[in-house]
Amino acid sequence: METKGIVICGVGGQGSLLASKLLGRVLVNEGYDIKVSEVHGMSQRGGSVITYVRYGDKVYSPVVQSGEAEFVISFERIEAARYAHLLKKGGIIITNTQRVDPMPVITGAAQYPEEILGELTAKGVQVEAIDALTLAQEAGSAKAVNIVLMGQLARHFHIDYDKWIAALEQTVKPKFVELNKKAFRLGYESGK
Amino acid sequence: MKELMIGNAAVARGLYEAGVQVVSSYPGTPSTEITEFSATYDEVYCEWAPNEKVAMEAAFGASLQGVRSACCMKHVGLNVAADPLFTLSYTGVTGGLVVCVADDPGMHSSQNEQDSRHYAVAAKVPMLEPADSQECKDFAKLAFEISEQFDTPCMLRMCTRIAHAQSVVELEERVVPEKKPYVKNPQKFIMAPANAIARHPFVEERTEKLRAYAETAPVNRVEMGGTDIGIITSGTCYQYCKEVFGDSVSILKLGMLNPLPVEKIREFAGKVGKLYVVEELDGVIESHCRSIGVDVIGKERFSALGEFSQKSIAEAFGMEPKETVTADTQVPVRPPVMCSGCPHRGLYYVLAKNKLTVLGDIGCYTLGMAPPLCALDSTLCMGASISGLHGFNKASGGETENKTVCVIGDSTFMHSGMTGLANVAYNGSNSTVIILDNSITGMTGHQQNPTTGYNIKGDPATKINLEALCHALGIERVRVVDPYDLEGTEKAVLEELAVEAPSVIISRRPCVLLKYVKPKAPVAVNKDKCRSCKRCMKLGCPSIHMDADGKAGIDNTLCVGCGVCEQLCPFGAIEHTEATMAELPPAQSVAQ
Repeated sequence: METKGIVICGVGGQGSLLASKLLGRVLVNEGYDIKVSEVHGMSQRGGSVITYVRYGDKVYSPVVQSGEAEFVISFERIEAARYAHLLKKGGIIITNTQRVDPMPVITGAAQYPEEILGELTAKGVQVEAIDALTLAQEAGSAKAVNIVLMGQLARHFHIDYDKWIAALEQTVKPKFVELNKKAFRLGYESGK
Repeated sequence: MKELMIGNAAVARGLYEAGVQVVSSYPGTPSTEITEFSATYDEVYCEWAPNEKVAMEAAFGASLQGVRSACCMKHVGLNVAADPLFTLSYTGVTGGLVVCVADDPGMHSSQNEQDSRHYAVAAKVPMLEPADSQECKDFAKLAFEISEQFDTPCMLRMCTRIAHAQSVVELEERVVPEKKPYVKNPQKFIMAPANAIARHPFVEERTEKLRAYAETAPVNRVEMGGTDIGIITSGTCYQYCKEVFGDSVSILKLGMLNPLPVEKIREFAGKVGKLYVVEELDGVIESHCRSIGVDVIGKERFSALGEFSQKSIAEAFGMEPKETVTADTQVPVRPPVMCSGCPHRGLYYVLAKNKLTVLGDIGCYTLGMAPPLCALDSTLCMGASISGLHGFNKASGGETENKTVCVIGDSTFMHSGMTGLANVAYNGSNSTVIILDNSITGMTGHQQNPTTGYNIKGDPATKINLEALCHALGIERVRVVDPYDLEGTEKAVLEELAVEAPSVIISRRPCVLLKYVKPKAPVAVNKDKCRSCKRCMKLGCPSIHMDADGKAGIDNTLCVGCGVCEQLCPFGAIEHTEATMAELPPAQSVAQ
């Protein structure tokens, strides 16, 4: 099979690392070859961050480039738009509806583009926007936004729900399993 | 057992399996996790050294003792460790010694884009470069074998996309080679001129032996495919080429970057049509090919700038870009920022308010350069703030002494600020040095250092007292301020600038991201009192914004109640919801 790409993006500190860990686990369990590329260091301090996940029979490059991603999963609205060019034709954006102002918006040097996801939809991109923060809080912790989003991804993905739950149990600490299972289910059922 | 590991974790695993006994390093993105993962193996002695030179020398000592040792650093760290490296090449080793160095093409977290391969060539030591996590582990082990077989330190070159990319690794058991006895050997280990002169021919002969090894080494691998195009490449570039071309071209993948083979390259060149060298940063392989009479297409086609990818390589070969969709509206940039409650912010506000010239250094606090604070004038390398300030003040004939300061973090001060401060004292400039003591090495992700009181394993360790150290370095005026206290901080800065003596101000408050630092209740804006003057916006705090009603607003999910904005507001519109400044612990006690 051809190598496929998934992009997870957001704002430094939002917890994209656990999301890529869960995704990596479920893909490894399925027997895929896989590469995950992260960037650490300076960009983590509230900057725009991106993780690439690639899987297939044999994966070479660890990075996803323009027009290659099946999914762009975003923790923040405009970060989804920032990396929309990575989507391949027919790809899907899954984004949290949360707004986090970047410094140029805070200082008034730039405007927050409120309508940008609508612009993408108008151009034929499938955008699944969910209020993952509220769902995460409903599950018991605002930090579970990452797992809510992975639940939404699972709805559109070819791997069975139960296998995701098994991977989740392998990925998170035992005392957080129940909370994360709930967050995953809320994400999975959102927009149904 | 198979595991998904980042390259750095796989290097650590390789060092471990090879029986490494001592790992000494200084943190630096993208190399840091090699040492952090090494420290998770109880059998390995692991430490954060004050800088890379000390780390490499500690690894030398361990090798002299007869065990396998390693040191790890980022590319610019190798500049600091270059002194021991060049002579280690002459002494060679007893136990194997591996130098891991991580380059950062694209400068995700670095001040330059230098190519470490030049060091291997210049110091005449072998260098390996892995292309995925499995190779990271395998090459770390091979590096020890080469080190011992050829009596040389062996370098392992990483780059960001290998160091921080996860792929599948097969784990094996740890095998510890027998410790070699320590035998006094002055001819080999005392590099005084007479001995070094005698040793240099050994280095030249070793290079030729290593080159012969490179001719047949399995890590230099030919993958024959279509023969119209041949590509010589290594590391992450190999992966991008395979991604673009699969088996439609032939590839010579070099796992050993120094010394480079001669016959192997000539033979490969003879089997293919057009020959390309695909390498990030400088044309090191390309120059070698030209020097042995092999004509290649290299840097005239592939940039010397930044990172490559399957996209950039496909484009360089004239392929059509893939179809994409983008929004027409521009997405505002999201640069990294100092966190809400960052202790550096209050200090920077004071410096910016007084329009001081500020020579900066390397760390989170480099972010003080960004608007709206724009507090920095220069950032060169670790330690250059203090030494640079001294030169700046000397060159102005002292005229700048009362309006110029420098800022340097606690870890950076221990790394290479101390010698600069000794120069300020010894050669007498009335410089005002500010040490930003946030009680941790921040930017690289919270590593301990000699001023924090803990070692790499988190166990209590000797805590070097910065005040006493500055006194010992000849500075009489040393004072401590709390950067959350704007008035006190400003008073200290202005007083020390005015005084005719060198001085150190320690701006002390631990990083807000440290686990033991408990956030306080967020502050809130009293909308009736806010007059929209925007003075609070001058801080560049990610928690503060202007609401649609034109008045300031605080994001209470981000605010940690540091209270700095509260002190700025001339109308008392920013109010603490529960705690007040009086309840903040005094600056002296917070760093315990």
